Amino acid sequence: MYKIESKNVDFYYGPSQALKNINIAIRSNTVTALIGPSGCGKSTYLRLFNRMNDLIDDIKIIGQVMIDGEDIYGKGINVDSLRKNVGMVFQKPNPFPKTIFENVAYGLRVNGIKDKKFIEERVETSIKQVVLWDEVKDKLKKSAFELSGGQQQRLCIARALAIQPSVILMDEPTSALDPISTAKVEELIYELKAKYTIVIVTHNMQQAGRVSDRTAFFYLGELVEYDETKKLFTNPKQERTQNYITGRFG
Amino acid sequence: MLSSSITSLTVLLIVVFLFKEGIGLFNQKPVEPGYVIAINKNNKVKELSSVQLKNIYDQKITHWSEVGGTHDSIVLFQLEDISNYYSDEQIGDNMQNLGTCLSRLVDSLPNIIAFFPDKYLDKKFQGTLLEVDKVSLADFFAGKEWIPSAKPSAQLGVLPLILGTLWVSLGAILLALPLGLAAAVYMSEIANERVRRIMKPLIELLAGIPSVVYGFFGLVIIVPLIQKTFDLPVGETGLAGSIVLGIMALPTIITISEDAMRNTPRAMKEASLALGASRWQTIYKVIIPYSISGISAGAILGIGRAIGETMAVLMVTGNAAVIPHTILAPVRTIPATIAAELGETSNGGLHYKALFALGCILFLITLFINLTVEFISNRQKHNKN
Repeated sequence: MYKIESKNVDFYYGPSQALKNINIAIRSNTVTALIGPSGCGKSTYLRLFNRMNDLIDDIKIIGQVMIDGEDIYGKGINVDSLRKNVGMVFQKPNPFPKTIFENVAYGLRVNGIKDKKFIEERVETSIKQVVLWDEVKDKLKKSAFELSGGQQQRLCIARALAIQPSVILMDEPTSALDPISTAKVEELIYELKAKYTIVIVTHNMQQAGRVSDRTAFFYLGELVEYDETKKLFTNPKQERTQNYITGRFG
Repeated sequence: MLSSSITSLTVLLIVVFLFKEGIGLFNQKPVEPGYVIAINKNNKVKELSSVQLKNIYDQKITHWSEVGGTHDSIVLFQLEDISNYYSDEQIGDNMQNLGTCLSRLVDSLPNIIAFFPDKYLDKKFQGTLLEVDKVSLADFFAGKEWIPSAKPSAQLGVLPLILGTLWVSLGAILLALPLGLAAAVYMSEIANERVRRIMKPLIELLAGIPSVVYGFFGLVIIVPLIQKTFDLPVGETGLAGSIVLGIMALPTIITISEDAMRNTPRAMKEASLALGASRWQTIYKVIIPYSISGISAGAILGIGRAIGETMAVLMVTGNAAVIPHTILAPVRTIPATIAAELGETSNGGLHYKALFALGCILFLITLFINLTVEFISNRQKHNKN
C-alpha cells in the first residue's frame, strides 16, 4: 500500500486552476522531490498533504488525497490530528520567539502532554535526531533567535519530529541556508528516511538528485513526469523535463 | 518646517501657560483675599490650618482645646451675625460704626473666632489676626475634600478627583480590554475578508462619534439601567462612567490590537498549525504573545482616552467630589471638574489657579501614558528587527 496517494486532484485559487489532474503515489520511507519552475504548483501540491491551503479563503479541491488509505479531505477528518501526523518544515527557518527548549516542546504541549520528564526526554531525543544537541545543550533556555540560520532550520526540523509524525513535508528547506548548513540538512534528510516518509519541494536540482528516491516534475499546474530520480535526471521521457533539467527554461 | 515649528511652539506655550497658572496656586492662601480671621487677644492659638478652619465653621471642631487652645467652646462669628450682638442704631445707618463694633465684640468675647472683610478692621482692634498657611502640596494632593467655594477657607484636596478619574478609567479598561481583545481576535483571525471589510469601518466610525452623543446615550440608556438593576437612588455612578468610557475606548483598543495581530508573521501561524495546534491554541500561544506590545499600546492609549475624556463623563457620573468607595457611588473626574467649574471662577483667583493645577496633573498623567506607549512600541520595533 502507498503511504500517500493523490487521485485526479484539481485545485483552484478562486477562479484560477493551480493544479490539474495530479496522480502521484508515494511509498513509505522514501524521499520524494517535487521540482519545477516558480509558480508551477509544487508548493501548493505539497501543502495539500497537511491541509495548509485551508488557511486561504476561497479555495476548491477536487479529487482525493489519501494518507494511509484515508481521504484527508473526507468528512470526519480532524485537521489538527492530521497535522500531528504530517509535519512540515518551511522555506525560511521560523522558530517561535521562545526558548530553544520551548520551541521543540511546543508541539507536545499543544497536544496536551503535561508530563515534564516525558517532554524533556522527547525534546532531547528530537534535538539529537537533527544533530544539534551538542551545539545547544547548554543554552536550551536561550532564545531560539540566537541560533544561526542553519541551526534554526534544524531546530525547526526537531520541532516537527518531536510530535512523531509519519510524514514530513519540506518546502524548500535549504533555500535560505549557506552551503555547509545545506549539506547538514541534506544529510539529515537522508538519515530521516529510515523512519519517515519525506516529501520535499526544491528549486535545486542537484539537491533533488542527491536526496530523493523519486522526483516529480511540475509545469504550469500539471504533473509532467514522475519517476525514479535517477531515471528522470538521466533519461527523461518527456521533452519538457529534458529541457528543464538541462536548464533550457525555468 | 515652519508649520511644525509653529505647532511645537504652540504646544510649548500651552504647557508653559498651564504650569505657570497652576503653580501659582501654591503662592496663595486658601482664605479669600481681603478677609481676615480674628480671635481674642487672650486666645493662645496663633495658627490654624485650612482644614481646621473648615471644621470649625462646620462645627466639627467645637472646642479651642482641639486646636491647641483652652478648654472653652468656640464661638463662631460671621459678618451676618453682627445683628445678634448690636442693634442697627449702634452699627449706624451706613454701617459707619461696624468696625468699632466688630473690634469691641472680638475683644470682649474670649472664645470668639470672627471672619470678616479687612476693611472693617478698626484701628483700636487689640485681638489677634490668625495666620493661615499657604496652600501646600501636601494639602493639595492628600486633601480629601474638594470644596473650592468653602468659607472661610477653600478646601482644595484633589485626592477625590484623582481617585475618581483613575477609578472610572480603571473600570472602563476592565470592561473594554476583554471585549476589545475578543473583537480584535475575531477580526484578525476568524472573520473572513468580507465580514472584516464591513466591521472595520464600522468600528472606526465608533471613534468618530462626538463624545456628547456618548454622554447622551449613557444618560438616557445606561444610567436608568444601572439605577434599576442595582436599585439605587441615582443611576449616575462611577460604573455608568466606566461603561460609557469603555465603549469610547473600544475602537482604539480594537484597531491597534487588530493591526498588531495581523502583523504576526504568517510563518509563525503556519508553524504552529503545522504542529497540530488548533486555531485557538495558535491564537493564545503564538499570536497574542507575538502582538502583546501592540495590544498593550492599544490598551494604554484606550486608558489615555478614558482619562482625558470630559463631556461624556460629566454627564453620567453624578460629579460628587467624594472619595469613591464602590463603583456604584457618584464620582467626579479631573476633566469634568475643570469643565464644570472654570466658568464660575474669577480670573487669577484661587479657584482658577486650583483648576489649572488640576490641568497640570491631568497633563502629567497623559504625558506619562504617552511615554509608556512610546517605550512599548519602540521595544516592539526592536524585537522585530
